[in-house]
Amino acid sequence: MWTFINKLGSPRWFYAISARLLPWLWAAAAVLIAVGSIWGLAFAPADYQQGNSFRIIYVHVPAAFLAQSIFVAMAVSGLIFMVWKIKIADMAAAMMAPLGAAMTFIALFSGAVWGVPTWGTWWMWDARLTSMLILLFLYVGVIALRGAFSSRDSASRAASVLAMVGVINIPIIKYSVDWWYTLHQPATFSVTSRPAMPLEMWMPLLIMVLGFYCFFIALTLTRTRSEILRRESTKRWVRELAGEGG
Amino acid sequence: MAFSSLNDFFAMGGHAPYVWSAWAMTLTLLLGSVLHARHERRQLIRQLQRRSRRERHHAAQGRAPRSRSRAGDIDDT
Repeated sequence: MWTFINKLGSPRWFYAISARLLPWLWAAAAVLIAVGSIWGLAFAPADYQQGNSFRIIYVHVPAAFLAQSIFVAMAVSGLIFMVWKIKIADMAAAMMAPLGAAMTFIALFSGAVWGVPTWGTWWMWDARLTSMLILLFLYVGVIALRGAFSSRDSASRAASVLAMVGVINIPIIKYSVDWWYTLHQPATFSVTSRPAMPLEMWMPLLIMVLGFYCFFIALTLTRTRSEILRRESTKRWVRELAGEGG
Repeated sequence: MAFSSLNDFFAMGGHAPYVWSAWAMTLTLLLGSVLHARHERRQLIRQLQRRSRRERHHAAQGRAPRSRSRAGDIDDT
């Protein structure tokens, strides 16, 4: 187990193994998102209360899931980097932050657009909405912090600490709908419990959520490989790679 | 199929602006992320190859390679 972790922490080994996984991950993401989109947009039945505006759920919920999962992944990577000095964890954390910010933005944007026909307002200082906005600011903070240091090591440590502290916001987001029930409804989707909606509405949502997770993993691996080339450009194996034509 | 015609599908029962703007924003950001990652990777590989070519060139001429911080070169930024 430890040798496995040590190997995984080696950029060279990571670079080789991720190359083998990536085509499958990208293919899975593309197929799942395509199937989920067509199913959700055209085939799932309209909601009896909300009509067709409920089809926003198929982008809103997966994006909101990812927004939170990516922040947790970033905090865990930060912890791994701080405790074991595994550089690849820091590279991955740096590369996933912009996607996390994008997902948070999508969740907020699609929620606002959905709110107009459903609640009659696009924004309210509801606990769920506010804590998601804070998540967006945390992402922006982590990204800005990395750019604010001239030394890479200080930048990495500062970003790791902010991610580890900011992760407190995640349980707040999760339970906000139960603690302060003002506007946003409680969770309607869970992978583990029995669906609270008809199966023909729930299936495409499950497919979209899985597709978004595959997308996140594929994008993070792809970008971490680029970051390896960037940071390890003076290493012999990277130079040999370049000599061979990538 | 939840719609009887293509026009029906695009109209989304009167909710077209909401449904399509949310979906368009999502798909644009997903696609943008992929294109950005691809561009980033290609650019890095190009830079590495340029450097490796130049180093070989210098080695062939029996000179030490020049400083790697020349314009357009890979850097630690």
